[in-house]
Amino acid sequence: MQDTSMLQPPTLPTNYTVKHGHIRTSTGKTVRTEEMIINMGPQHPSTHGVLRLEIVVDGEIIVECIPHIGYLHRCFEKHCEHMTNYQQVIPYVDRMDYCSAMTNEWAFALAVERLLKIEVPERVEYIRVIMAELQRIASHLIAVGTYGIDSGAFTPFLYTFIDREKILDLFEMTCGARLLYNYIWIGGLSHDLPPKFIEQAKDFISYFRPRIKMLNDLLSYNEIFVKRTANVGVLPKDVAINYAVSGPQLRGSGVNWDLRRDDPYSVYHKLNWEPQIGKGEMGTVGDCWDRHIVRMREMEQSLNLVEQALSTLPEGNIQAAIPKRIRPEKDAEIYVRSESSRGELGFYIISDGTASPYRVKARGPAFVNLSVLPEIAKGAMIADLVLIAGSIDIVLGEVDR
Amino acid sequence: MEFIQSILANELIVAIILSLLPLFFIIIYALIVLYTEMKVAAHIQDRVAYMRTGWHGVLQPIADMVKLLQKEDIIPAHADKLLFRMAPFIAFIGTYAAYAVLPFSSIYIGSNINVGVFFLVAMGSLVVIGILMAGWASNNKWSLFGGVRSAAQMVSYEIPTALAIIIVVMITGSLNLQEITKFQEGGIGHWIVFGGPLPWNQKLILMPFTFITFLIVFVASIAEVNRTPFDLPEAESELVQGFNTEYSGMRFAMFYLSEYANLFTVSAVVVALFLGGWSSPFGTLMSGPVWGIFWFVLKAYLFVFIQIWIRWTLPRLRVDQLMYVSWKVLTPWLFVCLLAVGFILVN
Repeated sequence: MQDTSMLQPPTLPTNYTVKHGHIRTSTGKTVRTEEMIINMGPQHPSTHGVLRLEIVVDGEIIVECIPHIGYLHRCFEKHCEHMTNYQQVIPYVDRMDYCSAMTNEWAFALAVERLLKIEVPERVEYIRVIMAELQRIASHLIAVGTYGIDSGAFTPFLYTFIDREKILDLFEMTCGARLLYNYIWIGGLSHDLPPKFIEQAKDFISYFRPRIKMLNDLLSYNEIFVKRTANVGVLPKDVAINYAVSGPQLRGSGVNWDLRRDDPYSVYHKLNWEPQIGKGEMGTVGDCWDRHIVRMREMEQSLNLVEQALSTLPEGNIQAAIPKRIRPEKDAEIYVRSESSRGELGFYIISDGTASPYRVKARGPAFVNLSVLPEIAKGAMIADLVLIAGSIDIVLGEVDR
Repeated sequence: MEFIQSILANELIVAIILSLLPLFFIIIYALIVLYTEMKVAAHIQDRVAYMRTGWHGVLQPIADMVKLLQKEDIIPAHADKLLFRMAPFIAFIGTYAAYAVLPFSSIYIGSNINVGVFFLVAMGSLVVIGILMAGWASNNKWSLFGGVRSAAQMVSYEIPTALAIIIVVMITGSLNLQEITKFQEGGIGHWIVFGGPLPWNQKLILMPFTFITFLIVFVASIAEVNRTPFDLPEAESELVQGFNTEYSGMRFAMFYLSEYANLFTVSAVVVALFLGGWSSPFGTLMSGPVWGIFWFVLKAYLFVFIQIWIRWTLPRLRVDQLMYVSWKVLTPWLFVCLLAVGFILVN
């Protein structure tokens, strides 16, 4: 008999009974109190998309928090199996984490290239680093800006979007697209860099450095913002590792782990940079402020990376010699992971020897990072929950796929 | 006042006209401040705001108002219909009644009663009832949160405001806002924020305390009108829109109007209590009843501008931090000021 439990829609917390209590008022009366179940999302301004949180609250304090996902499920993995070749998967990969499409493309291209043992020209590697790091800045800018909105400050959001716009302009002049690029292809790139790209990218770097400081002054070191985020939603090191959290969220908890350095791919090992970790400057290690500041500092590191890659960009071909129709060996399988803007993005590909993949499994960082939310949201207030969810920086396109 | 009375000998008509004047003022002012808020916010955020309706979008507030008038008035199912319908008006009544005692000019005050300041505080509390009612009647848990937060917040912040008012009353010796303003006449140096028109030796000792009181009452006034960083009742990123989530059309507009009118009221109170109300900052220069209106509105508008500025810059506090600020920072400091001012005045 088929197990239908997976097909059931999400329900109330299993056998959850709302707890009752009694309080005595000043007039001597006894009043019954009750926990309240509230539905937060999918249409809620600060669930960053269509996340639905079912929360049980005692006054303003959260007793239980259950995320319900799947509102944006688009059968990504099933679609992959029905593509007529591997290249066709890339536009679908774009749509997973739409805030950070370049890193997704790269992760998938990397997996297929490793599967086929393709050597990519060095110029391609450098351009990929430039694109991925610019994309990381753009993605972190969204994270930081929306985090400002979550905390009640609306203005930083618009500032970050001005800066992000400049990055999108760079992408647009390179490949014509501003959000979903289809730029990084298997074995190469769709276009070479346009003539003025290097000059404009350098302009952007010199423009953006002071802007990071400005954003820090406006938001990160704002007294109210620090009060709101420090010691809130503390994610200890061991819990973070147990939940397989990755990316800025893991580094915010003080774990020095970055796949660009610890599982090196591309040319990251040739460039000079430093992974940023949370140190608990304003409160405890692993609180919301740490996660926020790790993103701010990673943007600086990404700028360094782009600067170095731009200055050492070698000449060469932008496409490796690959067979016209990609057919990996029969029963070949591979798992390749890379550091996307949100953490470890891995693709597990099984080939059946035909031109389309037999199975593609994506390990999305946002999905895994979100799983820790119920753990750290307990005992927080509703206002904190918004900030905790914001500091996780989920993109529902990737959580639901 | 006497002038109108002389043309229309009927007292009732005069009373009606006088009571309608603030309403016109509120509506015109609300349009202006709506425009200001959008433009100031836009320029703070490096954009231009609306530019299409009229010159630089000056007609946009009117268009917005017409739009709101046309909207369907939706009442949610299972809402407490009577309370739901009443709430926006009660909130507005509280705001509007406060205008009765605002001294716009030396000859114009809606009602020159002896307990003007007390009346203001009392009417301010009426707004809370409206908001709490709206939150409760909406049959929406988020609205309920907004309403309850609002009640807790306004009650807490009335204490610093009332204490600050007591300090001013101690210095001026009157609860009448017109008297308080007259007390401060004679230039910028006579304003209570700078110690009031007292002998120099007394004034210099008094000044730091009155200045602290002024700052505290300003902070408390922002909290009383539920604006950032104290906008918890309508925290859009947490409570969607708080108590007015379920409102639409004209009822929503009433809340909006009441919020903006309240913004002016609290600014006007700060101005009347600490910054000389309608009195000119240059002593006798540019003073008089008409200049009085100019100065009063200008000063109050300056504070409205500062509140807008703060709103678009700062993040929001959390509920417990909000209470902390009121009970553990503002109130104790005001007690210190109260004791100090009393001591200085007695000696």
